[in-house]
Amino acid sequence: MKARLMQGNEACAEGAIAAGVRFFAGYPITPSTEIAETMARMLPLCGGKFLQMEDEIASMGAILGASLAGVKSMDATSGPGFSLKQELIGYGAVAEIPCVLVNVQRVGPSTGQPTAPSQGDVMQVRWGTHGDHPIIALSPWSVRETYDATVMAVNYSERFRTPVILLMDEIVGHLRERVELPDSVEIYPRRQPKKTRAEGYQPYEPDEDLVPNIADFGKGYHIHVTGLIHDETGFPVGSPEVTEKSIRRLHEKIARVGEEIIHTYEYCMEDAEYAVVAFGGTARTAYETVRRMREQGKKVGMLRLMTIWPFADAAIKRVAKKVKGIVVAELNYGQIVHEVRRAAEGRCEVALCGKYNMKAFEPEEIEEAVKAMMEGGANK
Amino acid sequence: MSEEIKRSYEKYFREHRLPHLWCPGCGNGIAMKAIVMAIEKHPELNKDNTVIISGIGCSSRASGYMDFDTLHTAHGRALPFATGIKLARPDLKVIVITGDGDCTAIGGNHFIHTCRRNHDLTVILFNNNIYGMTGGQTSPMTPKGKKATTTPYGAIAQPLDPSALAKAAGATFVGRSTAYHVQHLASVIEQGLNNHGFAFVEAIVQCPTSYGRKNKLGSPADMMKWMRDNAVMKAAWDKMSDEEKTGEKFPIGVFLDTRAEEYGDMYSKLIDRIGGKNQ
Repeated sequence: MKARLMQGNEACAEGAIAAGVRFFAGYPITPSTEIAETMARMLPLCGGKFLQMEDEIASMGAILGASLAGVKSMDATSGPGFSLKQELIGYGAVAEIPCVLVNVQRVGPSTGQPTAPSQGDVMQVRWGTHGDHPIIALSPWSVRETYDATVMAVNYSERFRTPVILLMDEIVGHLRERVELPDSVEIYPRRQPKKTRAEGYQPYEPDEDLVPNIADFGKGYHIHVTGLIHDETGFPVGSPEVTEKSIRRLHEKIARVGEEIIHTYEYCMEDAEYAVVAFGGTARTAYETVRRMREQGKKVGMLRLMTIWPFADAAIKRVAKKVKGIVVAELNYGQIVHEVRRAAEGRCEVALCGKYNMKAFEPEEIEEAVKAMMEGGANK
Repeated sequence: MSEEIKRSYEKYFREHRLPHLWCPGCGNGIAMKAIVMAIEKHPELNKDNTVIISGIGCSSRASGYMDFDTLHTAHGRALPFATGIKLARPDLKVIVITGDGDCTAIGGNHFIHTCRRNHDLTVILFNNNIYGMTGGQTSPMTPKGKKATTTPYGAIAQPLDPSALAKAAGATFVGRSTAYHVQHLASVIEQGLNNHGFAFVEAIVQCPTSYGRKNKLGSPADMMKWMRDNAVMKAAWDKMSDEEKTGEKFPIGVFLDTRAEEYGDMYSKLIDRIGGKNQ
């Protein structure tokens, strides 16, 4: 293992290649562009293919196509591009096509502040595409964790056959850190059919884990893939029963594994009376806040969410039982705070420490919010 | 009575998915049949190495009836999906079925750039001059003056000519035929399948339910007679003076059949050139 100085966006690209991604389609957009640039340089060297498409929608379509043909695929974008891809994220969810989409968040809405950090896409990640659908979203806080989270995103997308969002932010995307990367990583292989056509193979028949083993195109299975609601044969069916069953299975295939994919990390929480909940680049600042407040003898800890969706209900509940109050620090007008408040179920006070002025948090700002809560002046 | 007549190309259909959902008299079935007739002329193509991809609309329901690996994508997006599949598996023959709205309106940008990059795809556009699936709204290929539910007083903008667009954007094969000229249509598609690059074929099909009824074009047979009377083979068209190219006359045939380096081939060469390992 050799130490290297690396940017978050570069670590994302390298993690993807380590995890077996061999196709990338994208469109230039700040602050995610270095991911595409790194892929353009590295992919052909390992026999993969990179394609800069005509627009954001085309990039998303191309990775879904390449994945259906058996090649692990990724696309990376930021706010405006992420908005444009929403329809095809839903396509990937309902047609159950593995792929990873990276969103390096910047200030919105619209063109917003293209070079400034934000965490304003938390809810769009969850609910951006129309209709009920599950989603997995991971939000790393360091360069090294970006590498690991990208590998994890690729593996989850293959295991659950669903689009996985790597929810980065400009802070982590453009952060440079010294990292040591592993020589190899564990890879979840592409799921394969367990039956032949003669044995009655159905592409959308769920396996025991409720995930179907859909044959890659070009393997002789002659399958049909559609964005229409379909039954186990893959063909569209206009039936209330099939529609209900399909939508339920899409959710349950992820919900059934519960806590296994919900990664959270606690810092100084053993005796904490107050907790900061944060994720991504903001968690770096919150960590410093906790360190400083501990020096002052204040019993403050942090719960860091790495898995953003599915939401960490159990971890929030656990913390809410223990502390007097939770401050949710996020670079937006207040998004994940609503989920925290819901999961806390009134067990403790929950307050937002939001920021939406192009600047990352300063440790003092979060400290002030925690102190305000300690003094009973926090807005509930 | 008579035994059921089995045609050799029927093996390419998913008979359990038939009959199709198209209206009585619709030309889409003829165009779909022309595609499998063309595939049959290519012994190297079979159900295992040929993929059919479509967008959204009446035309794009064809993929579900054809017994290959088939992909019914989102509205306008068949070409990006096809691009990904072709680059991931260059050994597969990739055929795209689209419509006038799907290809030239919502998918217009993808059409231009997929031509430009010259991916080895054979694209058949079923042109019924209207949005059929949604009940008869105007498309970019609705002729000037013709009615649709969203042009109740007649279309005022000039229609788009995707053949000219494909040529200008870098396609290597461009052709057109109609549902009336079914053998000719199959032959144009067959030649398109031969072209190792972006091949575009416009198949003019009748939509009696929406386009025909809105514009009082008569029965499906009347609409096909219109194709017969107005389509001019390219060789004859080229000899016609501008004065003769009047009314609704239009050329059919192969307008372009050329060679240019295909995108995937170029990318493989790039991998070799930089010392990467081709997979």
